[in-house]
Parts: sequence; structure tokens; C-alpha cells
Amino acid sequence: MSDAPRLYTLIAELTYRCPLRCPYCSNPVDYQKRKSELSTEDWVRVLTEAEALGALSVNLTGGEPLLRDDLEAIVAAGKRLDLYLNLITSGQPLRRERLERLKELGLAAVQVSIQDTDREASDRIAGTRAYDQKLEAARWVKELDLPLTLNVVLHRENLDRTAAIIELAERLGADRLELANTQYLGWALENREALLPSRAQIEQARAVARAAKERLSGRMELLFVLPDYYADRPKACMNGWGERYLLVSPEGKALPCHLAHTLPGLEFENVKDRPLAEIWRDSPAMRAFRGDEWMSPTCRSCDRRSIDFGGCRCQAFHVTGDARATDPVCSLSPDHGVVLAARARAESAGERLVQLRYRGGTRPVT
Amino acid sequence: MIERDARPRLASKARIRLDKQTGQQVLLYPEKGLVLNSTGAKILSLCTGERRFEEILAALRGDYTEGPVEELEAHVESFLRSLEQRGLVEGLSA
Repeated sequence: MSDAPRLYTLIAELTYRCPLRCPYCSNPVDYQKRKSELSTEDWVRVLTEAEALGALSVNLTGGEPLLRDDLEAIVAAGKRLDLYLNLITSGQPLRRERLERLKELGLAAVQVSIQDTDREASDRIAGTRAYDQKLEAARWVKELDLPLTLNVVLHRENLDRTAAIIELAERLGADRLELANTQYLGWALENREALLPSRAQIEQARAVARAAKERLSGRMELLFVLPDYYADRPKACMNGWGERYLLVSPEGKALPCHLAHTLPGLEFENVKDRPLAEIWRDSPAMRAFRGDEWMSPTCRSCDRRSIDFGGCRCQAFHVTGDARATDPVCSLSPDHGVVLAARARAESAGERLVQLRYRGGTRPVT
Repeated sequence: MIERDARPRLASKARIRLDKQTGQQVLLYPEKGLVLNSTGAKILSLCTGERRFEEILAALRGDYTEGPVEELEAHVESFLRSLEQRGLVEGLSA
């Protein structure tokens, strides 16, 4: 195969280490077994090779990327390559001076996650005291004239506070607010019973977000990502497998998404073993779900296959046991009943308490 | 109308670079990018925050010999306003 798709964005997961322990984390559920991280030199080479493949922007993420002492060196290397560098952070541990230095070195934008507008609720989800430090970090971002994205993962416990979350984003002067409903994979799939909201909650939050989006036009970009359990058609996950995004994990695996390594039978190659361009173009795992030949008959006969690419491969596997299946959130999927059953349970859950499973243990430490 | 004394500039979140794969200039901002045609790239290269809108138009007029001046002005205005709507250009008021 000589032609590879055009790479646009590199997702650099610099570490799985994190001071937070959110129960919907996108990191692997067995992250603690993965100890060895790429070196500074490895990351500089990965950025260089990704830029040569066409990447224009890099998301520096984790875990918590601030836990890497060499973040400065990585940012400087990205700047030399003229890459748009976006730091995705929990906001701690951070000092203002360090953020200022990162900006001088070429950091272009910062995304801070908060868990809720209520301090206690936020810290309960984060599994540690983090709320005040996060808001402080967000204020520093604006004081230093860096663009601020606020990211809030929505679930049944905080969805009813959508209006307050939008107000907080306005007060902080956020340039962009991502109201991202939980994607039920990895840790979040383990905690689905506790996190999946009811349809009424979703509809109300969506209406609030829609009105705010109009009101804030030109000042703040507002994004409301519907949980796909409540959509009839799947999302175009990553804009297609190995099409525009490449993720490199802390230990160096080149992946099409955050959770691809949870799929059986696929060998993801390590950037230490082979040039990135070859992995991107030729590696069987990277090619596994490109195009439409792999698709189920349901998808292959559907006009939307070039729009949603059959949805999320990881969701297909973790719900149906078959990574080639139509994403079960699609109402055309023969496995859609699983999603309908989860929805029904969310409707009847009421005030029922469900124990969250946290990264690093079952109990929050606050 | 954009005031003649306004000094348009790119917002701090926006950066322009060459896309080596296509030879086109792209405007990058958080999570997104816009491909600029040569006119758009030229307009934005003049939006430094120092030049007045009047001066920007004057600089562009040199390149556009076809069609009436009003057409060029309307085109530049609508381009800058559309970017202002996305928070990518600031300073359109004097």
C-alpha cells in the first residue's frame, strides 16, 4: 500500500501518571502495569516524524503531562517544528512561573479539565482535592493571554448543573467550553451504571447548552457532545480509524485512538522499533479498519458508512465482543438492545447509589 | 462597516503556518484549522494590530486591478467579520 491518509493531529500521551483518579478516565484500566515511558529524545523524534507526515497540531496529554520534567524540552521541540501545541491538563501540579515559561517556549493553548462546579462534587469525582488549584490554573492561563479551553465530562451526577458550568466558564473567560458527555469505554464502561444519565437530563442540558451557544457566539465556542448511548447513529470516532489522528502512548505504542490496545488480535507497533511513517502507512493494526472492506454487512450496505465509518471499534468490541461489528449505539445494529437496556436502567435508577470504581482503588481520598 | 482607523489583529489563539503537504497557508486554533486561500492569507498577513484598516485596504488594492474598489472592500470586510465571529480576529472597532 503506497498511499497513507493525511495525518493532521498527534495525540502525545506523555505519561499515565496523574494526581487525579477520575472513574471515567480514558487511560487503560491496567495502566499501573505500564511503567516504562519514552525518553525526551524519543518524543522529540516522534514530533519530528509526525510533522513530516503532515501533523499540524499536537495534543500534549496523559495522564498528567505536567508530571513530565522534560515538558519544557518537548514544547521547545514542537515549537521548532511550528506545531500548534495544546496542553491538556488537570491544572496540577503547576506554578504560574512554569506556565509562563511554557508559553515563552511555544505553548499555543491550554485545556483545563474540571469535574463539576461544586467543589465537593468535583473533588469526589477527581478522587482528590483539586478543584481550587484547577480554577487557579485556569486563571493563570487567561492572565498569560493563552487561549483557555475548559473541558467538563458530563454524567448523571453533574449534568443538571450544566447552566452553572457555563457560567463558571464565562467567569473564567474561557475561549472554548467542551461539555463532553462520558464515553462509556474503559473506566467509564466499568462505571456505566453510576454515570449514565436519563434522557430527560440529557434533553434539558442540551437545551441549556444550545441557548448559551447562541448567546456566547463570538466570545466563547461551546461544544456539547451528546452521549452516543442517546444517539440513533454512531459518532465518526476519531474521524475514522487511522485517518487523521495518531496517538502515541506513554510507552511508545502508535495507536489510532486511546483504547485501541484493548482490542484483541491487533499488534500495535512501538515508535522505538520502526519509523513513524512506516507504522502509520503499513502496520497491519493501523490498517485494520481503514476503508470499508472490514465492515459488517449492516455497515457495508449503509449510505452513512463514509460519514461515521461504522462508529467506534472499541465500543463495538467491548459491548458485542466483535471489533468488526456495527457500533451498537446505531439503531440498525443487531446488538442495539444492549444500549436500550442500559438506557432503561438509567431511567429507573432514581437515587440508587452505585459505587464508583476509582483509578488506584475504590474509594476517593478526600 | 469596519472603521477605517481600526487595527485588526489575529487573536492570540490563532496561528498561521504553511501546510507543506498542500503548499497552502492554514490558520490553526484549538482543535481546529482553516485552510486559507492566497487572498485570505494575504489579508491576515497585513492584520498585525499596527496597520489601520485603511492601510490594509490600500495595500491590497495594489494587487487587485480587476473590478471596483468597493467589491474588494466588501470582500475583505466579510472575510474579517466571519473570522471575528469565531473569535479568531480582534480589533475591528477603532
